Amino acid sequence: MKYIVCLKQVPETDKVKINPETGTLIREGVKSIINPYDLYALEAALKAKDAYGGKIVVISMGPPQTEEALREAIAYGADEAILLSDRAFAGADTLATSYTLAQAIKKIGDYNIIFCGKQAIDGDTAQVGPELAYRLGLPYATYVHKFEIKDGSLIVERDLDDGTQVLKLNLPALVTIVKEIGEPRVPSIRGKMKAKKAKIPIWTAGEIEADEEKIGLNGSPTRVVNVFSPPARGKKEIFTGKPDECVKQLCERLGEVISI
Amino acid sequence: MLYPLIDEQEMIKEVARKIAEERIVPKRAELDEKEEFPWDILKEMAQADLFGIFIPEEYGGLGFGAFENCLAVEQIAWGCAGVATTYAASGLGAYPILLFGNEEQKKKYLPPIARGEKLAAFGLTEPDAGSDAGAIKTTAVKDGDYYILNGTKQWITNAGEAEIYTIIALTDKKKGPRGASAFIVEKGDPGFSFGKREKKMGIRASATGELIFEDCRIPKDRLLGREGMGFIIALKTLDYARPGVGALAVGLAQAALDEAIKYAKQRKQFGQAIINFQAVAHMLADMATQIEAARALTYTVCKYIDTKPKDFSKYAAMVKLFASDMAMKVTTDAVQILGGCGYMKDFPVEKMMRDAKILQIYEGTNQIQRNVIARELSKEYK
Amino acid sequence: MELILDKNKCTGCGQCVEVCPFGAIELKDGLPVANDECRLCGVCVRKCPEGALALPEKAKKRDIQDARDVWVYAEQKGNDFTGVVYELLGKGRELAQTLGQRLVAVVIGHEVEKHAHKLINYGVDVAYVIDHPELKDFNEKKYAQVLIDLIKANQPNIFLAGATPRGRSLIPQVAAALETGLTADCTGLEIDPDTSLLLQTRPAYGGNIMATITCAHTRPQMATVRPHIFPRPEALSGHEGKIVKVEVEALPQGIEVLSFVQAEIEGPDLTEADVVIGVGRGIKGPENLKLIEKLACLLNAQIGGTRAVVDAGWLSHRYQIGQTGLTISPKLYIACGISGAVQHIVGIQSAKTIVAINKDPEAPIFEVADYGIVGDLFEVIPALIEEIKTRRGESS
Ligand SMILES: Cc1cc2nc3c(=O)[nH]c(=O)nc-3n(C[C@H](O)[C@H](O)[C@H](O)COP(=O)(O)OP(=O)(O)OC[C@H]3O[C@@H](n4cnc5c(N)ncnc54)[C@H](O)[C@@H]3O)c2cc1C
Ligand SMILES: Cc1cc2nc3c(=O)[nH]c(=O)nc-3n(C[C@H](O)[C@H](O)[C@H](O)COP(=O)(O)OP(=O)(O)OC[C@H]3O[C@@H](n4cnc5c(N)ncnc54)[C@H](O)[C@@H]3O)c2cc1C
Repeated sequence: MKYIVCLKQVPETDKVKINPETGTLIREGVKSIINPYDLYALEAALKAKDAYGGKIVVISMGPPQTEEALREAIAYGADEAILLSDRAFAGADTLATSYTLAQAIKKIGDYNIIFCGKQAIDGDTAQVGPELAYRLGLPYATYVHKFEIKDGSLIVERDLDDGTQVLKLNLPALVTIVKEIGEPRVPSIRGKMKAKKAKIPIWTAGEIEADEEKIGLNGSPTRVVNVFSPPARGKKEIFTGKPDECVKQLCERLGEVISI
Repeated sequence: MLYPLIDEQEMIKEVARKIAEERIVPKRAELDEKEEFPWDILKEMAQADLFGIFIPEEYGGLGFGAFENCLAVEQIAWGCAGVATTYAASGLGAYPILLFGNEEQKKKYLPPIARGEKLAAFGLTEPDAGSDAGAIKTTAVKDGDYYILNGTKQWITNAGEAEIYTIIALTDKKKGPRGASAFIVEKGDPGFSFGKREKKMGIRASATGELIFEDCRIPKDRLLGREGMGFIIALKTLDYARPGVGALAVGLAQAALDEAIKYAKQRKQFGQAIINFQAVAHMLADMATQIEAARALTYTVCKYIDTKPKDFSKYAAMVKLFASDMAMKVTTDAVQILGGCGYMKDFPVEKMMRDAKILQIYEGTNQIQRNVIARELSKEYK
Repeated sequence: MELILDKNKCTGCGQCVEVCPFGAIELKDGLPVANDECRLCGVCVRKCPEGALALPEKAKKRDIQDARDVWVYAEQKGNDFTGVVYELLGKGRELAQTLGQRLVAVVIGHEVEKHAHKLINYGVDVAYVIDHPELKDFNEKKYAQVLIDLIKANQPNIFLAGATPRGRSLIPQVAAALETGLTADCTGLEIDPDTSLLLQTRPAYGGNIMATITCAHTRPQMATVRPHIFPRPEALSGHEGKIVKVEVEALPQGIEVLSFVQAEIEGPDLTEADVVIGVGRGIKGPENLKLIEKLACLLNAQIGGTRAVVDAGWLSHRYQIGQTGLTISPKLYIACGISGAVQHIVGIQSAKTIVAINKDPEAPIFEVADYGIVGDLFEVIPALIEEIKTRRGESS
């Protein structure tokens, strides 16, 4: 069995704000972390490895410092990590990202299950998983919280807003993982020691035989043309005082919103 | 940095800390309340390689020493002294095998302990033999290729939960303490059963119980070392384990201090945070100073042990004595600083105070530690 | 790919440094240099007073002139369409009118033709119906193939779908197959009067920032759209539209739906509710949910909670609101005993009105609230229940 985990390094998003004066993203002092959903994806892969044996390869597309996140993944128990890094990958939207990941995965070859997070907490699109599955021609399931391999197929349970669907996917397959898969385990001491020494190869556009029209900004049909702070919300009419008086005032205001 | 650590030591500390923060702290009150054995947490610790820190690599461990082990015990105890006791007691059960076992015994028993698949335990104490360990009555009689054990061990940590037990029993009653020997007994050996499970004041996440041997038959290759070496093995084991109690005390006291400072900065009385009252601030200052002194002693002695000295009984006893008395005082003061809240189960410090008490009792009471130290001193000044 | 600078024109004024939304430009030796954060968004190019900056883009001219019409994917739920479909028809019609194009809907499923008529009443000019027994259950591979074939054959200009779990899972494949852009989870859509491009606005970074996104060179311009953002339009009378049945060829295999278990009946859908009451640690324990339920009953509200409450086991994870749970957009959200961690705020930001009840006047929840009451919720909520009853003349 070979499992591939797609992992993205993201800023701690609750710290990313817009500078109201310049209208630019404030990034100073914002730590980079492994996308939390990708830790769940990695945990899912580790569970698969515990149950069925095999090897876990983690890949990430990002700038050189993404290597840190990959080392951390090895500490958690991944066997190998590959960094996809090239100036030409910069500015990728989900279409270009999924193409780049697909090229790398084709080069790795011989995989059984690809694990992605449900979504990245910065871009927040949740699109890379399904797009990647399409590019590789794989069956896939999103929002997976439970899975097992049975008679050569992958049986998954996944949450939709109105219920739980059980799907049978032909292998190889791709899944995107939600938090209900279970808390990620703690990295082990051996894992950390291995991570410190691990050699993490860097694959550039050339190495994955990428068509330069399909990567980075060139391969990205979407453009972010503006970023701004969400409109300040909240009228902030705050009542203090006796509860029965406060609720009277509140009900007067709410009359306009719902029928009271 | 006060205690510079190499990368690997830093990693051990980080892993243990993460388990304490994320897995132990959220569950400790419940474990304490229900006297529940923390299997889930132990599995996570096993998965994280914490059980094999001081066991050599050829026996499935990480090949570090007493110092690295202490770093881990300290952090786990910061989370919960009950879990830390369970963890440290498995090490206590492993030391006799590591120090005195033959190659076959080490190959067979150490790897599962190092991987945390099996817990170990150490059984010396009996109803009539506490501080006076020489008064044990459990016997082991040779019968061809077997030994037959009879007797009862009391208050044994990990009783019933461990798979591997090192037991001190008399092979020659006439010789008294010189007639004691050490054996490996496995859960499931015929005639080996478990008696009463104790209800305790503190460290309630740990299991303490009776081991009952009724014509318990074990193969003769379970003997550790030679016949008659039982007390040498027991005392050496305790020498190695006592600095672990020191680390446990330091971790526990640090947790109490952390809670006390947090509370003192946030609790307001007379219009200000109580940390502004000198009476409170000085208590905190004393607590911090005592902890640091205990930590320094613990680390120093552990590092000394790792140089493989011939005899370090005195220092091991000093660590255990000083650090456990310190933890008792610091946790009691932490309760005082939290006032009424300190006495309530909604806050963690009352548990810490209850937990701290055992550190002055087990692995030799602090009176006995003083005896050991005094005896060594008197030898030195002969 | 790097920003192109005409050194002869550049005066080193530094305006580009100021305006770069990603803080990616620095002046080195008096000239702007972009680092890895540069996304070539073009803001600096437009703002440069000297016209010294340019994007390196190789104009990728695909034939996009022929692309026409605004399409809406009509996702179904039980015997009806999901609420967001109606909202999209309202918005889609507005966009179509602005562009002078048609509004088209796509219905996929089995025995669904009867529902398609409903769409016509909401201004749909053409409703494509793809009906096949194998399409009875939602199946990403099969549904995607149907959409891909249909879009390839018709070349729409804009394609919209609800940002529901099904929509967000299904639609990305279509974008990948057509090699076009897809904007996720939009909360704003409008047509740029100059370029006629669809300006798609969406939250990112967990709702901490908003981004406007365009897709200039490929068609369709695709977006998934967050439910409850746009108003549900009234049905039109007398609108004429046609229903076109589309035959399906062999459908792809690979995913088989074994079962679907509807969430338990008492498992309401928070994302569809008009009024939601959120509870935090401040309710102290699950036994106090009874009080909240009383209020919920009066307001016909659903109850959700913070991660802390779910982790404590007081509520099922299905009702967790926030970053790792649900994103809701009710008309009214009442936060009871919730301090307002960003991770929670992210999930409630698009509520029309937020009411906060908390005894800590400093609680960040008040920062986003429209109305707040500083007080003990165990006093405020009973008082609120009484007040509502009195107003309704059902005083007890
Ligand atoms: C403000 C802003 C808004 C954006 N909006 C859009 C948009 O609407 N449409 C669009 O197409 N692009 C958009 N992008 C670009 C998008 O963020 C990037 O394409 C990004 O590389 C992947 O998308 P995501 O972060 O949404 O990941 P998601 O699709 O949410 O990620 C899902 C999973 O895919 C895997 N994955 C994602 N990225 C990587 C990676 N680099 N390496 C390895 N695995 C990965 C992980 O397993 C992850 O959990 C936006 C970018 C910004 C800054
Ligand atoms: C929770 C718990 C876990 C334990 N785990 C284990 C274990 O895993 N394995 C194991 O073998 N044992 C274990 N023990 C036993 C422990 O080591 C003994 O309780 C300890 O050695 C003291 O013995 P005692 O309780 O019989 O006290 P006693 O020996 O009866 O002592 C009573 C009091 O008299 C004092 N005293 C006794 N003799 C002297 C003296 N000569 N000079 C001065 N004062 C003296 C003692 O200090 C004490 O204050 C455990 C005990 C507990 C409570």
